[in-house]
Amino acid sequence: MANVPGAPVSSSAASLDLETDVLILGGGPAGTWAAIAAATGGARTILADKGFCGTSGATAASGTTLWYVDPDPAKRAAAKASREGLGGHLADHGWMDRVLDRTHAAVGQLADWGYPFPRDADGRERRVSVQGPEYMRLMRRRVKQAGVTILDHCPALELLVDDSGAVAGAVGLQRQKGGRWTVRAKAVVIATGGCAFLSKALGCNVLTGDGLLMAAEAGADLSGMEFSNAYAIAPAFGSVTKTLLYQWASFTRADGEAIPGAASKGGRSVIARVLTTEPVYARLDRAEPELWAAMRQAQPNFFLPFDRAGIDPFTQRFPVTLRLEGTVRGTGGLRLVDGTCATAVPGLFAAGDAATREPICGGFTGGGSHNAAWAMSTGHWAGLGAADHARALGVRALGNGTRTLRRAGGAGLQDRPRGGHGAAVDAGTLTRAVQAEVFPYDLNYFRTEEGLTGSLGRLDRLWADAAGAMPASADTVLRVREAAAMLATARWMYRSALARTESRGMHRRIDHAALDPAQRHLLTVGGLDEVHVSTRPAPVRADPVRLDRAEAGRELAA
Amino acid sequence: MIELISPTRCTGCNICVSVCPMDVFQPTGGGRAEGAAPVIARQSDCQTCFLCEAHCPDDALYVAPDAETVTGITEEAVAAAGLFGSYRRAIGWTAAHRENRSADQTFRLLAPH
Repeated sequence: MANVPGAPVSSSAASLDLETDVLILGGGPAGTWAAIAAATGGARTILADKGFCGTSGATAASGTTLWYVDPDPAKRAAAKASREGLGGHLADHGWMDRVLDRTHAAVGQLADWGYPFPRDADGRERRVSVQGPEYMRLMRRRVKQAGVTILDHCPALELLVDDSGAVAGAVGLQRQKGGRWTVRAKAVVIATGGCAFLSKALGCNVLTGDGLLMAAEAGADLSGMEFSNAYAIAPAFGSVTKTLLYQWASFTRADGEAIPGAASKGGRSVIARVLTTEPVYARLDRAEPELWAAMRQAQPNFFLPFDRAGIDPFTQRFPVTLRLEGTVRGTGGLRLVDGTCATAVPGLFAAGDAATREPICGGFTGGGSHNAAWAMSTGHWAGLGAADHARALGVRALGNGTRTLRRAGGAGLQDRPRGGHGAAVDAGTLTRAVQAEVFPYDLNYFRTEEGLTGSLGRLDRLWADAAGAMPASADTVLRVREAAAMLATARWMYRSALARTESRGMHRRIDHAALDPAQRHLLTVGGLDEVHVSTRPAPVRADPVRLDRAEAGRELAA
Repeated sequence: MIELISPTRCTGCNICVSVCPMDVFQPTGGGRAEGAAPVIARQSDCQTCFLCEAHCPDDALYVAPDAETVTGITEEAVAAAGLFGSYRRAIGWTAAHRENRSADQTFRLLAPH
């Protein structure tokens, strides 16, 4: 099917042609909260998921703790302060306050909807975590009850924009039913998650940065993409990248010798160092046996690989690896311009891991509790914001006659390239080439100017090829777009990492090992053919603290 | 990776075809309408998330823990080890294990220790 970027959209080109007020891309936590908020507010709402709303994404497969803090001023202050230094003093106290409030309300809704929160020995309900399959099955049910139309197995390929540049819908594939879909919408929410580069981190292979690419093609920019090198511990043979229980692990070499300093928290880089030359083994032998049952009940899926491989992880050593979780457990993503979770492009909103989590995490991993709270909160606000935007547009047409819509997509969609070479690109080859730049610990975990510059040279050449490329066949267009999205994401990551000549949060520069107080700012990054980075001021601190060299050293050690 | 669909356990509901976020399964014949078991059509796309098992009402699927390689384990071996449905039981999604739905003890692990 011809797909000329900039070409008008014709109804006949799609096999499913719908119009709506709000279109949500992605059906994980952020997308489902957005859908419920938009539909409950009276907006006609469609949710399109690449896979299946209810199983797609990092949360459904794994489960998560929640940044759920009682509205007690002292507890709230402690919750905010606990990550201030780790995050490199980049978080925003105003955002933290409203996310804590919103998350408290959302978790209360989950309880009202029947989520089976456990009770402690005193009979008190405990709301600090959710099991992934249970949580997302419930969210799917609530999305349907809200009257939202769910399109499962309908990956979006590109956004639609109107003559003013405002986002006005999307085009995608019906990968099980066949053919394409077109949804004309007055507002679009990007809730497609982060990018983990097909590393097989648990539940993360759906997360290839598709929404980041689509949004950038429409003109959106990103922030915090240097905070994108999250690696999680997993059994070397397996996919289960859940790290909470590794706080009870000891780490050893093949001969059984303890690895000094190796730990899940505060010593993961030591593990990465050793893994570059030899295997690392773990055993959860620091957990007292009376805790074993609770650990199993807390994380049933953590134990699946061990039970099935015939390993007792409490008493037997097993080899571990570090799988890249990229921006999923990092904090970078689309830049939000206001509290409605609008992006820089009119009509386009972002939520969850697709949006930068710097406002509540700064530069330190948002994995688990914070990302879950962020998804609930920004999902809700983005849904409301999109519904309000749609209402403000009112009866203005959705592209039928008065509003001409154009396709915004480029790389991998160029049947008739404009300035491109028009050759096919192989998704597998491109994906492996990108992975070769972002997986290695000595390139991404331990960053240097030399390493980043070398990678960027190769990645930029790959982009020059991909930008004008067409897919090898209609069957591979999704894989090609995923590869292009990972490539674009890698370039934003490394261009930002090169610009931040210090170590802050999870961003670790071997050649700039200290935190530089002069670089307490945020990095905006954007662009496709030319990637550009600029700085903007960090939020004003609520509680000014003295940041001297000694503190900088302590933060890095953390 | 997804290893097998038990032909004796599968009733052809094709729920796995719908719920797999990676679109690994493919209906055969008349699919759900005729109760035809699907096939594992794109095994290497499997992300080893175990969610097909969680959603299979007949405990007919087995996902091996190996994310990168196919083990070739047999149905008999899975059955003998009692692994069919083990994840569903652990999360309380079978009638006999409902209490596990609210058994999450994470709050104890997050407390100071």
